[in-house]
Amino acid sequence: MDFLVFQYPMITVQACLDGILLGVLFALIAYGMALQWGVMNIINIAQGDLVILGGYIAYFMYLYGIHPAWGVIVAPVIMYFVGIAIYKLVINKVVDRDLFISILATFGISILFMQLMNFAFGADVVLANSGYGTTMLFDSNVVLPNSKIFSAFISILFAACLVIYMKKSKLGRAIRATAQNARAAKILGVDTEKVYAATFGINAALCGVAGALISITFTIHPYMGLPYTIRSFMIVIVAGLGNLPGVAMSGMGLGVFEEFADYILGTEFRIGSVFLLLVLILVYRRFKLSRKREYLK
Amino acid sequence: MRLNKIILSFVSALVILFSTSVASFAKVVGDKIILGAAISLTGKYSSNGVHTQNGYNMAVDRINSMGGVKVGGKTYKFDIIYYDDESNPKRAAQLAERLISQDGVEFMLGPYSSGLTKAIAPVTEKYGVPMVEANGASRSLFTKGYKYLFAVLAPANLYLDVAIETAVELNGGKPVRIAQAFEQDAFSQDVRLGILDAAERTGSKIIIDDKLPKELNDMAATLVKVKQMKPDVLVVSGHTKGALTAIRQIAEMKVDVPMLAMTHCDAAKLSKQHGKNSQYALCASQWHKSLTYKDDFFKDGMTYAADFEKEFGYDPPYQSAESSAALLVFKDAFERANSFDQKKVRDALAATNMQTFYGNIKFAPGGQNVDKPMVLFQVMCDASGSCENKVVAPLKWASAKLIHPIPKWSER
Repeated sequence: MDFLVFQYPMITVQACLDGILLGVLFALIAYGMALQWGVMNIINIAQGDLVILGGYIAYFMYLYGIHPAWGVIVAPVIMYFVGIAIYKLVINKVVDRDLFISILATFGISILFMQLMNFAFGADVVLANSGYGTTMLFDSNVVLPNSKIFSAFISILFAACLVIYMKKSKLGRAIRATAQNARAAKILGVDTEKVYAATFGINAALCGVAGALISITFTIHPYMGLPYTIRSFMIVIVAGLGNLPGVAMSGMGLGVFEEFADYILGTEFRIGSVFLLLVLILVYRRFKLSRKREYLK
Repeated sequence: MRLNKIILSFVSALVILFSTSVASFAKVVGDKIILGAAISLTGKYSSNGVHTQNGYNMAVDRINSMGGVKVGGKTYKFDIIYYDDESNPKRAAQLAERLISQDGVEFMLGPYSSGLTKAIAPVTEKYGVPMVEANGASRSLFTKGYKYLFAVLAPANLYLDVAIETAVELNGGKPVRIAQAFEQDAFSQDVRLGILDAAERTGSKIIIDDKLPKELNDMAATLVKVKQMKPDVLVVSGHTKGALTAIRQIAEMKVDVPMLAMTHCDAAKLSKQHGKNSQYALCASQWHKSLTYKDDFFKDGMTYAADFEKEFGYDPPYQSAESSAALLVFKDAFERANSFDQKKVRDALAATNMQTFYGNIKFAPGGQNVDKPMVLFQVMCDASGSCENKVVAPLKWASAKLIHPIPKWSER
């Protein structure tokens, strides 16, 4: 049991591919979180709930006979405006305060969203069927559901578009300037209020895309948001703030690590081992930092 | 002086409030027997909470309209005070306390889910309030020595027992190789213990034994193992999420396994959400409308299902049926006790031995119903893609023949 990976070598390939496909999707959510954390210094506890809301948009399209894959276009548009609305109603009142206040505020939003979704959509677990088939590799020893491949592809596409947008567009430059130094940006004529609203909107839109993909690949439920928040939080912590390629790498890395932990240690240690890894990385970081400080002394 | 006045008026307001509430809600008022129930009307169990409430209401209306409960030569009618426990165990325990000590309720109906029943049972036990529950199946409820808890349903460890027995039988009496994946929660782990017992009894070997984290909705790793190790039976239990995830990924990954047994298929609306992909799945159920148990109030399963559909607009899941049965048990116990004394009613409940449309009911000393086997149904679809659940085991109740082994994906 314990060494399945060695008994069946194809499992190694399968685990790597599964981990990467899963990781890319998580990285997309983490990417939004990193963006808004970097720009606004807000840790958004409601991140996962925005994801689930995006999932419900795709699910309802599916229910009304539209292919849920269109959700990756519709959900971000709707979610962008939801994001702006949340910003105008709540976030702009806490954006300059300390981190604790914003965590509390977004935690409140998270609870509100869970209850509202439960009230509006019911407490049933639902999913949208894409009808995509399966890709078999290596004499059908490695199986990849096409829905997962589709999710990973769309995630990469959106992430790439966003990176380019951040580099080239005016708003992108303004966002980056605000992230570096909000006060200086303001003095130089950047409307930081607008930048904050746009950032929150973009984050919500990314969550919408991820949610639509999750409704196609996994399942959605009003109370299922928190694990996505925690996961993206971890990915951002491991990657470090403002390190966007790092987010992609750590997303995939954690995905693969998790799959291997499952095969080697057992499913019950899957989540636990990821948290253990997180602790080790943080301890290592601290150790490195303290060495740096010694040089400075 | 003014402060004194305020305090005085506050206290008197409380007294008035308290006295009116007690006066209006005592256990038996006029010709009404008042039962209390904390039910999940909001929160994550709200869909099943509503099924439970509908089941209770249906039985109350039926019993009341068919002559009510006869105690001491007088006819009484049932009435239920509901509170919403928000799917939260702490809240459920508070509400039970409130129902008993403030509203004066002396007989309780159970909430939805094992977790909430576990939270309420110590309270009803403390006050000596008999509780008939219909939705808490966890084995741990029946090993604590509770005297006032009675469950009309079969305990969780029996859910998939039949599946293993059937698999061994189909294997010519020889042991089978079992792969299992269970969520890490009280209910699913109880189901797992049942499988371990069955495996030991039949000499079967468990080759994959995965415990799925609560927040996980990806079973790919387990299924890869299944694909490589080729067990004879795959058993999955993880509430509706587990059932939906399993079917989705088994279909996507084209996992071939001769027998697939699960829980929560009907709650997950498996055949509606997955269509033909859910075909051949075996599902454990407390009840199915095609069973031929009978009683005077609902006649039989088919009639119950038709009446329920007429009233609430959907096919009754077993959660509703067992909830209705709980009221029948109470009525029977009141009449046999011929009294509203809690101890006498409790003893009458303990001596229950009856048949309802839901099944036979007879309580073991631990409070669980030992006289009603679980049934297994199999999802069967026709060429047009419409699917139906048909009972296949135990053979006594079977309305269709079990399809075994499940055809390979490449041949479907």
